[in-house]
Amino acid sequence: MAQTHVVATGAEARVASGIATGKMGVWWFLASEIVLFGGLIGAFVMSRLGSGGWSEMAAHLSVPIGTINTFVLLTSSLTMVLAFAAADKGDQRGIRTWLLLTVLLGLTFLIIKGFEWRSEIGAGFTPMASNFWSFYYTMTGLHGLHVLAGVVINFLLFLSALMGLLRGREHRVELAGLYWHFVDVVWIFLFPLLYLSWSKGGH
Amino acid sequence: MFRWLPEMVSTYGGDIDSMMYLIYYIVGAWFLLTYGATALFLILYRRREGRRATYIEGNSLREAAWILVPCLIVLVLDLWIDFRGGEVWAKVKGRVPQSDLGIQVTAKQFNWEMLYPGPDGKFGTGDDLQFENELHVPVNKVIRVTLKSKDVIHSFFLPHLRLKQDAVPGRAIEAWFQATKPGRYEIPCAELCGFGHSGMNGFLIVHPADEYERWVKEHWPSS
Amino acid sequence: MSEGVKVEERMSFFRTYVFSIDHKMIAKQYLAIGLFWAIVGGLLAYLLRWQLAYPDTEAPGWGFIGPEFYNMLVTMHGTIMVFFVAMPILLGAFGNFLIPLMVGARDMAFPRLNMLSVWTLALSSLVLLISFFVPGGAASAGWTGYPPLSAKPIYTGVNWGLNLWILALALEFASFLMGGVNFLTTPINLRALGLSMFRLPLLIWMQMTAAILFMLSVGPLIAGAVMLLLDRVAGTSFYLPEGGGDPILWQHLFWFFGHPEVYVILMPGLGIVLEIFPVFSRKPIFGYRPIIYSTIAAAILSFTVWAHHQFISGMDPRLAMPFSITTIIISVPFALMVFAMIATLWGGSISFPTPMLFALGTLAIFLIGGLTGIFNGSAPVDIYIHDTYFVVAHFHYTLFSALFFAGFAGLYFWFPKMFGRMMNEALGKLHFWLTFLLFNAIFIPMFLLGAGGMMRRIANPMQYEFLQPLQPLNAFATIATIFLLLAQLPFVVNFFWSLFAGKVAERNPWHANTLEWSAPSPPPHGNFDTVPVVYRGPYEYSHPSVSEEWLPQDRPTMPTATA
Repeated sequence: MAQTHVVATGAEARVASGIATGKMGVWWFLASEIVLFGGLIGAFVMSRLGSGGWSEMAAHLSVPIGTINTFVLLTSSLTMVLAFAAADKGDQRGIRTWLLLTVLLGLTFLIIKGFEWRSEIGAGFTPMASNFWSFYYTMTGLHGLHVLAGVVINFLLFLSALMGLLRGREHRVELAGLYWHFVDVVWIFLFPLLYLSWSKGGH
Repeated sequence: MFRWLPEMVSTYGGDIDSMMYLIYYIVGAWFLLTYGATALFLILYRRREGRRATYIEGNSLREAAWILVPCLIVLVLDLWIDFRGGEVWAKVKGRVPQSDLGIQVTAKQFNWEMLYPGPDGKFGTGDDLQFENELHVPVNKVIRVTLKSKDVIHSFFLPHLRLKQDAVPGRAIEAWFQATKPGRYEIPCAELCGFGHSGMNGFLIVHPADEYERWVKEHWPSS
Repeated sequence: MSEGVKVEERMSFFRTYVFSIDHKMIAKQYLAIGLFWAIVGGLLAYLLRWQLAYPDTEAPGWGFIGPEFYNMLVTMHGTIMVFFVAMPILLGAFGNFLIPLMVGARDMAFPRLNMLSVWTLALSSLVLLISFFVPGGAASAGWTGYPPLSAKPIYTGVNWGLNLWILALALEFASFLMGGVNFLTTPINLRALGLSMFRLPLLIWMQMTAAILFMLSVGPLIAGAVMLLLDRVAGTSFYLPEGGGDPILWQHLFWFFGHPEVYVILMPGLGIVLEIFPVFSRKPIFGYRPIIYSTIAAAILSFTVWAHHQFISGMDPRLAMPFSITTIIISVPFALMVFAMIATLWGGSISFPTPMLFALGTLAIFLIGGLTGIFNGSAPVDIYIHDTYFVVAHFHYTLFSALFFAGFAGLYFWFPKMFGRMMNEALGKLHFWLTFLLFNAIFIPMFLLGAGGMMRRIANPMQYEFLQPLQPLNAFATIATIFLLLAQLPFVVNFFWSLFAGKVAERNPWHANTLEWSAPSPPPHGNFDTVPVVYRGPYEYSHPSVSEEWLPQDRPTMPTATA
């Protein structure tokens, strides 16, 4: 009952819409991620509007560290773009270099975040301490998991570039780039919401 | 269907029942029309020797009108139901009318605690009295109820008065009713609240005016 | 341009049946998972209905059912039917099987992602199954899982059961998110030459709309579920007022997804009916374009109605009117689809094989569901009927029609294509009539029980004086339930017997037009001998220019005779 197996390679198949299939797939996935983070952020905003004293808690976040992390992530998006540019030109060495830098910057972000969490928890600001902190850890935690996933994806791409397996498949760098930029954009929303949007003595 | 409704003993209950009847007649008419048309077509257009189906697409405006016009009628009737309903909703859930008697009803796993302010009309004073699962009220008077919960979400349901309101922990939710007939009416919980949800039940006892006075004197003798 | 077709060597048993990347095998795996859980869900229904009719007695074949166990039965029945039966069968099985075939593709756009999606559902199933056996039992806070009841183990007495429930749902969501990527990308990009969007079968439009609805609505619930899990295990208070949280936040997050979700289930069911009606009426579906526009309108509107589940919740009463209005408006596109189905019958040449009976049954049952929705959507009426059996009856009419009547219609209809054999007609007709009559026997009494004020999720109606006179209705519904479950036996026998001994099916036994009927029965890997080219829409039945009653999409147009 075993049969011969015929396969049509999806990402390269005939494309009726003009948008490459792989890219379209990633965009649909990102649409679902947008509503995921949108829902979480929406819940945060509604909860914040309904309660008081959050700005006192938020004052314990370190704006300088958050800013540094923002720059780290933004730079990693730049290196990702450069990796894509190299992929476009078929520049294998460029792909490897820029992907590796993106991975390292992503890891840097995570490590900084880890230190941040450690110091906050050490000061007694656990996720249970108040609703603000519950949201803070959940939002940055979920985002961090997405950064980690992106780091893994980019690292696997880097390894396959190293092994010469990306030849003819360079479009995968663009797909990974789409995801990575999305992760960056989420942070661009989280950073002002969590770190910056507080006034003295306000909500 | 509506002979199954429990006896209606409140002022706004009749409005709610009227809405049910209105909707019942409208959807009943649609039911007969659509089922009737379907049954007719199934009989008339059964597969028969020598007869070919009519090729018609229904995309042009002229052909689609056959389904668009009924849709328009559906929309108009639906909006009518909504605007009539809006008035009834506002009456029951909008502003709570002025009342002399306000009672705090706190739900918990698995019973109702009714707190009366006593003759001084204030909560948190010495003459407050709490009852378990019993809500005594005079007939024909507006009664305000403040709903609270000690643990999970419960729901205060007076089937005979057509009132239902969730009791949510962390909130104090106002509701009101005016009973029109003395009697004993159940207050089931209408939101799953744990293994004791089934059987969580209280009683609304509606007294004629003089009987209520006697009940008050019985429980607050010094008043 | 090359299609990138590769031929690989003969495959092992595991590659063919277990780790397959062929959409047809994946569809059958989804079907198997869905049918397994349908049996479990049906048994749970039997047990809970026994308790309702004969409270605190021993159910035959099981034993004593108390109030705690009852809450679990009710919770898991709902969870299983919605997430582990309806979605796997309507989307996972029919969507996966039909989408590539109907668009003329050799497989889905991402076959390996497809395989991952069904394996994720298998893992999710395992987690849910395990939740029955942990100390404290399975989830018992309702399929809607409202906190605080669901947020603190002490309120239910259920600990790991609810945690695993949340995990199983998260995995289920992940499975269908992956599936959704395929369901959207494949019809958009992999259509055969000549197959424009407005020549697509309506089933494809419905599957795509369902996929978009799911992808864009489940995110907030995933966020909410993460928060619920944290409340349960990490001591947070997202939903606990004593910690500054709000129980009603969950309700918004849940129903923002929950309402589109019912259309995620309904639309594929309607899609099946819209395919079957033209075939057995021998005429085009009436109003193809209006139906598509209605589908899109309904999908957009479905994001605006969610709080009609929360009229009584304690949310600001002023919100009731806007949500009532959007709710009432969403009935219009579905009314259009019902009218279009009826208009399709007009002037037809109608025959009644089993698929058509079940499709008609879907229409009949769904109509009642839709009409009774008007009661629920009216806020003042909802004051009385919220959380009563009126709601239960309403949603069983809408969901059961979409899932079981349409699902059976689809199974009888596409069985020849899926398995290469015909099912038995006599058993099919018996199955239909028994199911139709018994379903109504169960759920019409529930409208009456709801009118009588019987609340949902109570284990013993006899505890309430005002409900005691209604008890014969409960007993009647329970007996009908037992017979309905038994009435599925003709289907089970038919299904398995036909698999091995049914009459061998030709390519196009129903003389239908859509592309799957041009492939062999069953189709091999790669589906088509040669990838089809499309010349017309899917519903050219009884076209005046040809003598046959059907005209396949991929039959080349005859050159017109020159003068």
